Amino acid sequence: MKPVNFDYARPADVGAALALLADDSLSVKLMAGGQSLGPMLNMRLVQPDLLVDITGIEELKRVEDRANEIVLGACITHADIEDLRVPDVTCGALPSVARGIAYRAVRNRGTMGGSLTHADPSADWLSILSTLGAKVTLRGRSGGRTIPVEDYMLGALEADLRPGEMLVSITVPKLSRSARWGYYKSCRKTGEFAHAIGAFLVDPDRGVSRAVIGATESRPIVIAEATHLVGDGKAERLDLAFDSHAAGAAIEAAGMADPIDRQTHVVALRRAIERAHTA
Amino acid sequence: MTEQGVGASLLRKEDDRLLRGRGQFVGDIRLAGMKDVAFVRSPLAHAKVGEIRIPDSCRGQVFTAADLEGVKPIVAVSGLAGFKVSEQPILAFEKVRQVGELIAMCVGDTRAKAEDVAACVEVDLDELPAVHDMIKAREAASALVHEHWGDNVFLETFVDVGIEAAFDAPIKVSREISTARQSMAPMEGRGTVAYWDSRMEQLVLYTGSQMPHIVRTGLAECLGLDHAQIRIISPDVGGGFGYKGILLPEDVCLGWLAMRCGHPLRWIEDRREHLTAGANCREHHYRITAYADRDGKLRGIDCEATVDSGAYSSYPFSACLEAAQVASILPGPYDFPAYRCRTWSVATNKCPILPYRGVARTGVCYALELILDAVAREAGLEPHEVRLKNLVKPEQMPFDNITKKHFDSGDYPEALERALAAMDLKAIRERQKHPEPDGRLIGIGHSIYCEQAAHGTSVYSGWGIPMVPGHEQATARVTPDGGLELRVGVHSHGQSMETTLAQVAHEILGIDIAKIKLVHGDTEYTPYSTGSWGSRCAVMAGGAVATASREIAGLAKRIGAHLLQADPNDVEVAHGKVVGPTGSVTFEEIAHTWYLRPQDLPMSVDPRGLESTIGFKPVRDSGTFSYAAHVALVAVDPEIGDIEILDYVIVEDGGKLINPMVVDGQIYGGLAQGIGTALYEEMNFDASGQPLASTFADYLLPGPTEVPAPRVDHMETLSPYTEFGVKGIGEGGAIAPPAAIGNAVNDALRPYGAELLRSPMTPRRVLEAICAASKEKSAEAEREEAA
Repeated sequence: MKPVNFDYARPADVGAALALLADDSLSVKLMAGGQSLGPMLNMRLVQPDLLVDITGIEELKRVEDRANEIVLGACITHADIEDLRVPDVTCGALPSVARGIAYRAVRNRGTMGGSLTHADPSADWLSILSTLGAKVTLRGRSGGRTIPVEDYMLGALEADLRPGEMLVSITVPKLSRSARWGYYKSCRKTGEFAHAIGAFLVDPDRGVSRAVIGATESRPIVIAEATHLVGDGKAERLDLAFDSHAAGAAIEAAGMADPIDRQTHVVALRRAIERAHTA
Repeated sequence: MTEQGVGASLLRKEDDRLLRGRGQFVGDIRLAGMKDVAFVRSPLAHAKVGEIRIPDSCRGQVFTAADLEGVKPIVAVSGLAGFKVSEQPILAFEKVRQVGELIAMCVGDTRAKAEDVAACVEVDLDELPAVHDMIKAREAASALVHEHWGDNVFLETFVDVGIEAAFDAPIKVSREISTARQSMAPMEGRGTVAYWDSRMEQLVLYTGSQMPHIVRTGLAECLGLDHAQIRIISPDVGGGFGYKGILLPEDVCLGWLAMRCGHPLRWIEDRREHLTAGANCREHHYRITAYADRDGKLRGIDCEATVDSGAYSSYPFSACLEAAQVASILPGPYDFPAYRCRTWSVATNKCPILPYRGVARTGVCYALELILDAVAREAGLEPHEVRLKNLVKPEQMPFDNITKKHFDSGDYPEALERALAAMDLKAIRERQKHPEPDGRLIGIGHSIYCEQAAHGTSVYSGWGIPMVPGHEQATARVTPDGGLELRVGVHSHGQSMETTLAQVAHEILGIDIAKIKLVHGDTEYTPYSTGSWGSRCAVMAGGAVATASREIAGLAKRIGAHLLQADPNDVEVAHGKVVGPTGSVTFEEIAHTWYLRPQDLPMSVDPRGLESTIGFKPVRDSGTFSYAAHVALVAVDPEIGDIEILDYVIVEDGGKLINPMVVDGQIYGGLAQGIGTALYEEMNFDASGQPLASTFADYLLPGPTEVPAPRVDHMETLSPYTEFGVKGIGEGGAIAPPAAIGNAVNDALRPYGAELLRSPMTPRRVLEAICAASKEKSAEAEREEAA
């Protein structure tokens, strides 16, 4: 389990990274934290000619606090969120989820942009950021584009990256004070990949009610208008309004055939909702 | 007991280097000019091997079966009647029979370069149907792993002790119970460094081994060398559990090439090799029936057991150690009158099954203890009531059971009752009457086993495997400064023997343990031994060290008496001195006199000096029987299927404990592995024989947050046959947990009428069992309605 021979570059800015990515004669792989890519290199599942380590790019570690949203550089680590080195605009949702990602050693190096681009269906960021309505910004040599997090993932281990493009930042909307969220993941052991994730957000002041079922075989199932599942968010106990049949139907419609998988995912979402009043 | 003797919970001598990261493991060894080896392994489970193409750029760096002229395959026969012999090739020729089987050895300056070379080798493989299911493998239509056998059965055994007498019992409970294939997971994998020492004319092979002398014997057979031409050094070993008792084809490959290539070679197993090609174990299947009276008294056990032995018989324990043992140990600690058991060791296209801590006992305990709980449910009794009806009683000890196992001593019912008292069964039954606030279900379960350990010649000569343990030898030698050197052929892979064997010698000689040095893990320095396996070191090496220390005491007394001008009959050894009626001399003075001032000694002095190599066997070599009762309290989440262990109690009896703290450590480690078997560890294969887990992301091990702190209580019933009354306890911790946890889960699921009968008990299996039970219930309701 040793990687193939590859070259290594650590550019200082996004322009230089994009220039390296543009070389069509080489197989180039970006490395943000290396927590998934490292093992894949060792197992020779990935055999690049050139590895571009983007953790030296200052812009990708920057945080921009805007009026209604916050923009996080792609190389912000899970621990940066967990330890509140990045301001929290999500009523505790992101720091709380960060604390449950894998193990601390992974959180120290693993990055939000890296995780989203790796596109593992069981990853936490994918589910919670989809729930919060976050967007990713991609940049190529000919310009940039911004798309919802859930659209960035095309399928398991496949992100919507065009040739020569890279993810530079994640934009997270600021929640209002009345917002309530919940997150539940089912793992067999601490730090293990999730088998089912349920997440939801109600933010009555902003008219948002979203639910996400994650850790599926592929993309998370996003229910963008979830009032029928979680109500308008004003009730004391949100879980009383939970319609498990509707949730099960949504999951089945998304193609999850196995009844036990379906049950587990419905329960995960219901428990996420139950957690709202303790959040 | 003295402060350092037998019974003292001393901190370990080896901790200073191990806890500071200063241990020396195979992976730490750097020799000048050393090159790395990587192997081309079979990607298929079963295939004919065609042409192997080596690019010109790699010539001289790649070796195949065609190069290994004169090298013999690994053969581990069993003397049991009907055993079919397999030959495990060192490098594959004609056929591969498991994923990961070695096809070519590749050498590079670094492991990465060796892997580059391996990636350039092309192998033509013609895939054959894989034998992946041990039950189907016994059917006539099955593909064959070894064609010339005519079937896939290494060995079938059968025992019947009047089972017909049980058939009229009012309670008859039958179940199909199974344990998953697992992979042992020592922190350190396998590894080998080999070179040819031209001065000593010796192949020197470093390998993390539990049994360096057996590796030497096996290697000598494969390579056609004299024993004197091989030296095996086993440095610090980072966990073994059985995996490091096996002679691997990799060892033979490196030994062969090291004799020819002129530089040292190294192979360090990586985790993918370890999981997919190496350390498999545990896959058992039982069809078991218990016959009992309404009061829970067992009338008989009837069982068909199948063990997936994998493709080859591994050296030295053979392919049928597990299945053949099942028949003899299935009756457990119980006394019942009728018994029948048929076993099959089945060959499949998987890695050879290897003995893992507890060996067959973990599966046996799971099958028997789960069926006993099923009997209790059928009879409307508490599970412990059924056990107390059937456990061998202390007044029956020593006891010869239905398979002629000789239980040396113990009070099994006391262990069970103490464990249940610690958990407060009554309070838990009360708690179960009310729903838990979090919606989970509480269950309590227990299991009890006895563990034959340190069994010797009379037992193993019957198995007829390549090694049979005899007298265990130790060398004790007083050094010129009055210190003591101990040399033993067993080897520690975590057992703390540098401390515990020093405690044994200290008990007899009173020499400070800081001045007692244990030499082990090197065939050049130590007496021949079958090594560390079968929970035998405390009994056998401990007994040998005690015997050799007594010899030293006798020798020292004679010199001491002369120096004291006393009669040898009037002196004693105490506190590192020879004490006479009028004074004493220290071991230091005695040693100084023998080695450096012989002029002070008479001509009649014993010429053996202050050194002794001597063997030990217990009074009876049929083994010690330690035992333990485990009780688990679990919470089961019926919606998600999660199982949490809320509390865990162990009451164990290992006879006299040399170092209780070390014994506790053994129990904690074993428990962690038992929890792995119960809830997490599973090596799955697809229908083409592909292992489906190749990293620890896919192969789950319990971590620190999954292993509760157990409450451990000790009983100390001495063995009548051993030094100090010690018993072997090394494996017990890993035997009982799957059964105790399994019974607790089934207890929790009683409201659903659901039952889990396969380990690991994963969330999916919990949910499937609940689902199946509710379907059964509604079908029943429909039938009733129709009626």
